Amino acid sequence: MTHIPGLLDTDAIRKDFPILDRVVHDGKKIVYLDNAATSQKPRQVLEVINEYYERHNANVHRGVHVLAEEATALYEGARDKVAAFINAPSRDEVIFTKNASESLNLVANMLGWAEEPYRVDRDTEIVITEMEHHSNIVPWQLLSQRTGAKLKWFGLTDDGRLDLSAIEEVITEKTKVVSFVLVSNILGTVNPVEAIVRRAQQVGALVVIDASQAAPHMPLDVQSLGADFVAFTGHKMCGPDGIGVLWGRQELLEDLPPFLGGGEMIETVSMHSSTYAPAPHKFEAGTPPIAQAVGLGAAVDYLTSIGMERIAQHEHALTEYAIKRLQEVPDLKLIGPVTAEDRGAAISFTLGDIHPHDVGQVLDEQGIAVRVGHHCARPVCLRYGIPATTRASFYLYSTPGEVDALIEGLEHVRNFFG
Amino acid sequence: MYQDVILDHYKHPHGRGLRDGDAEVHHTNPTCGDEITLRVRLDGERIEDVSYEGQGCSISQASASVLNELLVGKEVAEARKIQETFLELMQSKGQIEPDDAMEEVLEDAVAFAGVSKYPARVKCALLSWMAWKDATAQVLSERKTA
Repeated sequence: MTHIPGLLDTDAIRKDFPILDRVVHDGKKIVYLDNAATSQKPRQVLEVINEYYERHNANVHRGVHVLAEEATALYEGARDKVAAFINAPSRDEVIFTKNASESLNLVANMLGWAEEPYRVDRDTEIVITEMEHHSNIVPWQLLSQRTGAKLKWFGLTDDGRLDLSAIEEVITEKTKVVSFVLVSNILGTVNPVEAIVRRAQQVGALVVIDASQAAPHMPLDVQSLGADFVAFTGHKMCGPDGIGVLWGRQELLEDLPPFLGGGEMIETVSMHSSTYAPAPHKFEAGTPPIAQAVGLGAAVDYLTSIGMERIAQHEHALTEYAIKRLQEVPDLKLIGPVTAEDRGAAISFTLGDIHPHDVGQVLDEQGIAVRVGHHCARPVCLRYGIPATTRASFYLYSTPGEVDALIEGLEHVRNFFG
Repeated sequence: MYQDVILDHYKHPHGRGLRDGDAEVHHTNPTCGDEITLRVRLDGERIEDVSYEGQGCSISQASASVLNELLVGKEVAEARKIQETFLELMQSKGQIEPDDAMEEVLEDAVAFAGVSKYPARVKCALLSWMAWKDATAQVLSERKTA
C-alpha cells in the first residue's frame, strides 16, 4: 500500500458513500474517477433529503401550517449554511438557482437589462478566458450578440495557464464585466484571482467567478476573492443535482433588475406593474428546488465536518501522486499543468493516437469511470490541437489505490490498441 | 464491443483520404468530437468512390472503412438498403442478433452489432453512414436542378 502524507482516512469516509461499493461488469469494483462531472453523495445527505420528503414536505414562504413553516425553516436554514460555508457577509447575498449555468446566465441577464452604471451595451466590452466551461462562454456570447458589446478573452500558455501578459490591453476602460473560472474543469489550473481582480477593479469592471470546480475542493471565501459574483453548483460537492448558488454583493443585488418573474419574487402585483421583493427572493421566482437546497445544506455540513483545508490537502497529495504515476505511462501527455502546484484534482491527458472514447470504453470494461470528450470546454481542445481528452478527477474519497488501478487500466488500453 | 474486425478496420482503414467527389459533407459528433469529411462520386447510379478524412474513435473510423468497402461499386438503391439495414441494427439496443440474411447484406458491418448496446457509441458508428446519406442526397438533388 502506498503511503502518502496528507491523505484523509478514506477507509472511514468511503463507508459514507454506499455507491463506491458497487460492482460492475461481472465482478469489477467501481473506481469512480469522474468527480469533476459530478460527485457521489454520502448517506448523510441522502438521509436528510429522504427525511425532508417523508416528514416536512410543503411549499415554502406562504403556508401558515406547520409543514410549511418547517419546510421554510429548512430551506432558509440551508441558505445560512451555504452563506457560512463561503464566508458571505450576509445570508441575503446567497441566491439559489438550479445549477452554476443558471447562476452565470442570471448575472449575464441582470447586466443586459441593467441601467447605468452596470449596463452592458455596444460601447462596452466583456472579458472571459479561453479555458472557460461552455456555461461561462455561451451566456456572454448571447449577451454580446444581443447588446453589441465586444467579447474578448485571455488566451492560454502552452503549459495550461492563463496568458495574462497583455492584461492591460484585454481588460480596458471599456470593460464592464470580467468572468473567469477559478479552477478549470479540463486543465485543472487554479487561476490567479488577485491579479485579475486588481486589474478589473482599476477599470471599474465587475468580476464574476465560476467556482464550480473550487467550492467542492478547497476553502472558498467570497470576501477574500474580491469578486462581485461567485457561481457554483451543488451536485459536484456531495449535494443533489438541481441546486446551484449565485453569491452576489448586496448593493449589486439591490440595484440590478430581476431576470425571471413570477411568484415569490414580488412585493405587490397589480395588472399594470409590480414591485419586487428584496434579494435574494427577487431572483428566486417560482417554487424553488426546496429538497435540493436542504440536501445542499446537508452536503455543506458534511464537508465542513471533514474540513475543506483537509480535503484540499488530500487532493493535493493525491494529484501529486497521480501526476507522477501518469507520467510513467508511455505516450501519455498531460494537457494542463504538469505539476500539482496551483492545480486542482482534475487531470486531462491524451494517450498516443488512441482516441479518448476508446480509452474510456476500455477503462470502463475494467470498472474505471473517467470522462472523455471535450468536457464542455471545446476551445481548450482547439487551442491544444486535440480532438478530446481523457480526464480522471479525484475527490475526498479517492485513494492512491485507485490511481494505481487507473495506471494499470491505461497499460491495458495501450496493449489493446497497440 | 471491440470485435477483431473492427480493430482491423481501425488499424488498416480502407479507402481513407480525400479524392475527387461530386459532393462533400462535413459531419461531427458533438458529444465526443468525432469528425468526418466525406465525398461521394457517382457514375450514373453506381457509386464510383466514397473518400473520407476524419478523426475520431476506433468505432467511427472503422465504421467509415467498412462503409467504403461495402458501398463502393454498388448501385445507389442497393447501398441505401445496406445503409437502412445498418441503421436498424445500430438502433436495436443490442436486441437484434444478426441472422444470415442480415449478414449477407452487411458483411463486415455486422461486427458493429455489439456497439448498439452502448448508447453513447451508436452515434460514432453511424457518423460516416449519415454523412454518406447526406452527400449522396446532395449529388442527386443537384442533378435534378441541373
